[in-house]
Amino acid sequence: MIENLDSVLLSRIQFAFTLSFHIFFPAFTIGLASWLAVLEWRLLATGNTVYGVIYRMWVKIFAVTFGMGVVSGVVMSFQFGTNWSVFADKAGNILGPLLGYEVLTSFFLEASFLGIMLFGWNRVDRRIHFAATVIVAAGTLISAFWILSANSWMQTPRGFRIGENGLLYPTDWMQIVFNPSFPFRFVHMVTAAYLTTAFAAGGVGAFYLLRGRHVREGRVILGMAMIMAVFVAPLQLLFGDLHGLNTFSNQPAKVAAIEGLWETRRGAPLILFGWPDQAEEKTKYAVEIPKLSSLILTHDFNGEVRGLKEWPKDQRPPVLWVFWSFRAMVGLGTLMILTGLTALVLYIRKRLFDVRWFQYWCMAMIPAGFAAVLAGWFVTEIGRQPYIIQGVMRTTEAVSPVKALPIAISLGAFILTYAVVFGAGSYYIMKLIRKGPETEAEVYGSHGVKEPPLITGIVSEKE
Amino acid sequence: MFSLESFLDVQLVWFALIVTALFLYVLLDGFDLGVGILFPFAPSDECRDRMMNSIAPFWDGNETWLVLSGGGLFAAFPLAYAILMPALYMPVILMLLGLIFRGVAFEFRFKAVKSRFIWDYAFHFGSIVAAFMQGVFLGAFVRGIHVEGRSFAGQPFDWLNAYSFMTGVALLFGYALLGSTWLMMKTDGITGDWARKCASYVLGYVGVFMAIVSISMPVMNEGVRELWFTLPNFYYLVPVPIVTAALIILIWRDLHRGCENRPFFFSIGVFLMGYLGLGISLWPWLVPFAVTFRQAAAAASSQSFLLVGTLVILPVILTYVGYCYYIFRGKVSHEGYY
Repeated sequence: MIENLDSVLLSRIQFAFTLSFHIFFPAFTIGLASWLAVLEWRLLATGNTVYGVIYRMWVKIFAVTFGMGVVSGVVMSFQFGTNWSVFADKAGNILGPLLGYEVLTSFFLEASFLGIMLFGWNRVDRRIHFAATVIVAAGTLISAFWILSANSWMQTPRGFRIGENGLLYPTDWMQIVFNPSFPFRFVHMVTAAYLTTAFAAGGVGAFYLLRGRHVREGRVILGMAMIMAVFVAPLQLLFGDLHGLNTFSNQPAKVAAIEGLWETRRGAPLILFGWPDQAEEKTKYAVEIPKLSSLILTHDFNGEVRGLKEWPKDQRPPVLWVFWSFRAMVGLGTLMILTGLTALVLYIRKRLFDVRWFQYWCMAMIPAGFAAVLAGWFVTEIGRQPYIIQGVMRTTEAVSPVKALPIAISLGAFILTYAVVFGAGSYYIMKLIRKGPETEAEVYGSHGVKEPPLITGIVSEKE
Repeated sequence: MFSLESFLDVQLVWFALIVTALFLYVLLDGFDLGVGILFPFAPSDECRDRMMNSIAPFWDGNETWLVLSGGGLFAAFPLAYAILMPALYMPVILMLLGLIFRGVAFEFRFKAVKSRFIWDYAFHFGSIVAAFMQGVFLGAFVRGIHVEGRSFAGQPFDWLNAYSFMTGVALLFGYALLGSTWLMMKTDGITGDWARKCASYVLGYVGVFMAIVSISMPVMNEGVRELWFTLPNFYYLVPVPIVTAALIILIWRDLHRGCENRPFFFSIGVFLMGYLGLGISLWPWLVPFAVTFRQAAAAASSQSFLLVGTLVILPVILTYVGYCYYIFRGKVSHEGYY
């Protein structure tokens, strides 16, 4: 059986699995870091201790999430070499520096100042502590900048030439870093991360209100989350639309797969639901709205939208995955907007914090952001197939000369490890949430140190 | 296209940077992996908490040097990265899994109550696996990598042999030395005394293993033999083993005199000498004995583009990493820990 296994397929599954696992953590920590910065800013500005209490609860959750993000991220930085070495060799001239800049400008910043953020509450001045939080938040955004630039370059490669030896050489770094899809992907992803955190945190706030525990904190948490839902969720619809139009001009095959459209036509309908069949080259059981696809993509009822048949069979992405992932993402986004609208109505009626069904609803929405982020990445990454670098290099050409057996073993080991780690991590985060914010004694960082060892204490002890 | 080539040997600068980053990784993660290796042997749970607290603010910063070494290799020498990673596929993956378990253990063990022992062992065995695999890289590396064209052409288990097993064990002892001398510096009382005993126990093994590696390399490889044992090279290079031996003797004396801080820095010196010896032997190979660092170098424009930023940012990084060590300086005290 092992001999029949395909090392390309196994490598793809392994990469997809480890990356899907990893993306949960950045998606959460990008938003959480910024939110913590806002909380600490409010604490310093108003002196209202409720912000400090919430901060110290969520910084512990941040620590757990960040730890899992770090270890799963280290894995990613090695997999380009272990599993995609031909890709690493050929595209290294271009992607290497981008990832190098990510490490230099972000990872050290985050890792170093996280220490102060977690263990420095009483050890450094309040303003320095606030600065550390802001720096960590900035670090997460800088990291997103570089990694999304690298990913976007693989979607819309620019500013390079192909050498006679098949290696890619940079010709214009500005074009490489700020390639056409990058600004859209960056804005879309960062907004998604903020919404992910808002809905995850908001659900926890609703949980406290529902239980009648930590009501003061619960109201602040839910309130802040709903501000995001009201203002940012509709904005995300706009950002997503712009990103889609950008994809339409740069990667039309991906959009055709998103739409489930096989024939090129003017006045193309919007297929709401259906079952795209790759072999039969049609979308079965389609529920359509006439001409809407053309209107959305070309802003003209009779604009031309290219169908999948424009491309040879071996240049089409797996349509079913792209089609349904996209609908999952948009569906979840719509639910977020509706949640925001509901919150607005309840707020106007002064009932935002005491309607039980809304609290249940917010709790149900906790995983919404994560699921939407994952679905979105499925759309963009599977939609790029069969290429690893759009139009330049196929995924099958990129794989390492490693036999299938070691990859099968490593894949199994990753699945097992991540199941244990993710399971335990989720359990401990749940425990922290159930315990809730602690208003009494200062709980210090996440390491159970009730009273931090103060510099002054250490000095006087020695004397 | 933009390039610094005309007034700087960019390839050589990058080689030096990567080698330095890797050395910093070995030192910094070395001591916290070492703490993990010694972890279950500590006399009490209180000691273990204190050991953990002595490295908690630093470990992920330390691990970032590994990411920089890997990322930097990918950026500056993509060919070497593309050959070495598949060649060392299994040990790399095992190291990563080890690092995952020990990394999450930092957060999890303080959240766990009944299941704490699980994360204590995850921390211990994760550290051992990661450290051992790094030693295996060293063994596989000095034995040479089978390359054809631009890729690895060997077998999946080429890395596994008695020699790489020996270097794996050797690095366990090396990291244990760094870990125990770190603990002597950062803790006191029972933990400090115990760390001192560990250090003196481990030190002998470190000396023996360093001697084995030093003797075996010229025996196994003719190029290395010629490099070290021809005149006048011999006179220039002979200080390396002499200084190493002197440092080991100094550590030994300090351990029995009660010095708390110096052994850690002398241990760093021992590592530096070992690293220097390896570097001299393997120069100028990046994939021994197939690809030199010049052959593996990325396009001049790529190396220059990243170098500009690196030369600006690296001093800043070193400053704030230093600042973080400064903030958490001093001993992890008795009070405030359960």
